[in-house]
Amino acid sequence: MSEPSLLIDNLHVTVEGREILRGVNLTVPRGETHALMGPNGSGKSTLAYTLMGHPKYKVTAGKVLWKGQSLLDLTPDQRAKSGLFLAFQYPVTVPGVSMVNFLRQSLRAVRGKEVAVRDFRKDLKSAMDVLKMDNQFVTRYLNDGFSGGEKKRAEMLQMAMLKPEMAILDETDSGLDIDALRIVSEGVNSLAGPELGVLIITHYQRILNYIKPQHVHVLYRGRVIVSGGPELVGRLENEGYDNIIKEFGPADDDAPQAAA
Amino acid sequence: MAVAAKDVQSGTDYKFGFHDEEDYVFKSQRGLNEQIIRDISAHKKEPEWMTKFRLRAYKHFLNRPLPNWGGDVSDIDFDNIFYYIKPAAEQGKTWGDVPEYIKETFDKLGIPEAERKFLAGVSAQYESEVVYHSIREDLEKMGVVFTDMDTGLREHGDVVKKYFGTVIPPNDNKFASLNSAVWSGGSFVWVPAGVKVEIPLQAYFRINAENMGQFERTLIIAEPGSFVHYVEGCTAPIYSTDSLHSAVVELIALEGARIRYTTIQNWSNNVYNLVTKRALAYRDATVEWVDCNLGSKLTMKYPAVYLMEPGAHGEVLSVAMAGAGQHQDAGAKMVHVAPNTTSIITSKSIAKGGGRTTYRGLVKAYNGAHDVKSKVRCDALLMDDESQSDTYPYMDIEDEKVDVGHEATVSKVGEDQLFYLMSRGLTEAEATNMIVNGFIEPIAKELPMEYAVELNRLVQLEMSGSVG
Repeated sequence: MSEPSLLIDNLHVTVEGREILRGVNLTVPRGETHALMGPNGSGKSTLAYTLMGHPKYKVTAGKVLWKGQSLLDLTPDQRAKSGLFLAFQYPVTVPGVSMVNFLRQSLRAVRGKEVAVRDFRKDLKSAMDVLKMDNQFVTRYLNDGFSGGEKKRAEMLQMAMLKPEMAILDETDSGLDIDALRIVSEGVNSLAGPELGVLIITHYQRILNYIKPQHVHVLYRGRVIVSGGPELVGRLENEGYDNIIKEFGPADDDAPQAAA
Repeated sequence: MAVAAKDVQSGTDYKFGFHDEEDYVFKSQRGLNEQIIRDISAHKKEPEWMTKFRLRAYKHFLNRPLPNWGGDVSDIDFDNIFYYIKPAAEQGKTWGDVPEYIKETFDKLGIPEAERKFLAGVSAQYESEVVYHSIREDLEKMGVVFTDMDTGLREHGDVVKKYFGTVIPPNDNKFASLNSAVWSGGSFVWVPAGVKVEIPLQAYFRINAENMGQFERTLIIAEPGSFVHYVEGCTAPIYSTDSLHSAVVELIALEGARIRYTTIQNWSNNVYNLVTKRALAYRDATVEWVDCNLGSKLTMKYPAVYLMEPGAHGEVLSVAMAGAGQHQDAGAKMVHVAPNTTSIITSKSIAKGGGRTTYRGLVKAYNGAHDVKSKVRCDALLMDDESQSDTYPYMDIEDEKVDVGHEATVSKVGEDQLFYLMSRGLTEAEATNMIVNGFIEPIAKELPMEYAVELNRLVQLEMSGSVG
């Protein structure tokens, strides 16, 4: 196993006074693809937002190390500059700002220097080809009037352009039809590897037919109740969450949780 | 000779807040009376009809009450204002003719450079008088007249007499009356039939003295089938007491003509900006006001288009931005006098740091003005909880066959929007700028590139300091 790239240790997070994450432990080694699965309300998106630094999510205990450094003191833009990326479940609309303008500005911000127009165009073209996006797509305003599928593709395009070291995909599969899911997955697969670690957050196993994780973690009521290999995905598909929760979940809600 | 802004009043990022020391040919005493008006007129060697026009207007000014709506104008001390200041004896034909200290000011503002690069003509007004004027020779040969209003009156007296004060009569409102009584400077533009002036003419207005009143008067006449794009920019120094800018702008677009009038106003925060702008659009003519209001203490400005004959089209695109202690009460008026006329109003306002923006607009269609289409859209962006935005969209529709649409939105720059952009590496300030620039993009894209850049830069300057 290679060095841990992202290490989450006993993470507790509250949102508007309610504790959602109650001691999450999770490690993603450099360049690996992991899946974080769980039923609705288990805290999956909370973990994603917390890792990226949304101000609404308050860390009350625990720590997160990213490449050996504490992540939690960094602002969201500093996290992005350090190589972290979050693909949003619900990307936000910014009217009046074209995709291409946005991509260029954020690329400049992340790299900390101007990007040559010719290189930018070349990278953009090839990323859009992989995602089967129309040329004029990038002239549209950021997420403005995009369909669900277009938004998800736009997120993948941003990931491809920004070239992070670790990407958290927050329910990137939701709202995608089967063709779009395949295209988006191919986009992820073309990037995942030694250069890019991926944490796929999903409710369903569907996307995992296309993107094969090395490890799978199940989140339930704010804790990771079990971690395992890809075979966990098969079990979830066949048995649903109920059996897994029965086997690995807490006896009752307030019972102390053993590390998975 | 210029004094830096921070020596006068510190604590602001306003870049044009410096002022020059005064070295004037003529400066009237503070306050206003009939004799001062006669003196101004005599000093300018005006024809008698203009002197009478001024004196009549002065009576209207005295008789009219201050407006009791819109912004608070009760603090304006009319007795403390200098109504006429002549900075130089002669108008310059080249920048070399302009007194050195004034030239330096315009150099700092980048005017001579802009002229060399992308303008068809330039007028630079300093206090009450136009100190520099130029127009490209080819346009002059085609018969395009672009000069200051005083020269226009001297050299084209008949045309001026025919149109002056017809679009905005001297008793229109208190500030139009005041302007009509004491006006000085401004531009006179007369475009012959069929001539299209493809690149902009620019006028630049600078207030320098403390408690100055600037009352320029602009008249643009576009003969049938012609086109002209006129751009004005304004700045003033920062003083602890207030100045008054009260212009009157009259546009006449004759059959099939098109006038675009663009304002990029960036007054310092001690200027009352109370301006009356109105246009008449005749058969198949188009008038567009592109109105960018930054700065000032209070702006009250509602550019209007009277759609006089079928086929006329009016459009107002406006951006207003108000910060701490500022009130932008701006909007538009579309008056459909004739049938088969169309109008569009797009208003965007940004309020931050406790600033206040108001959209105040009127769409009127007279009885008989059937098959009229009008679309009003106003969007307000609030940067924080202390700022305020109000919308007053008046509709006065007398005819039944009229299609009027109105849409208004108020949005607040949200945590989620900032977080999304910051998660892509932008700092909070960069993310805020991006949201704001996106918000005004529909207006910015209507400006020539140089002005769009300038607008974005000014907005960015205003925004800095709004995020911690």
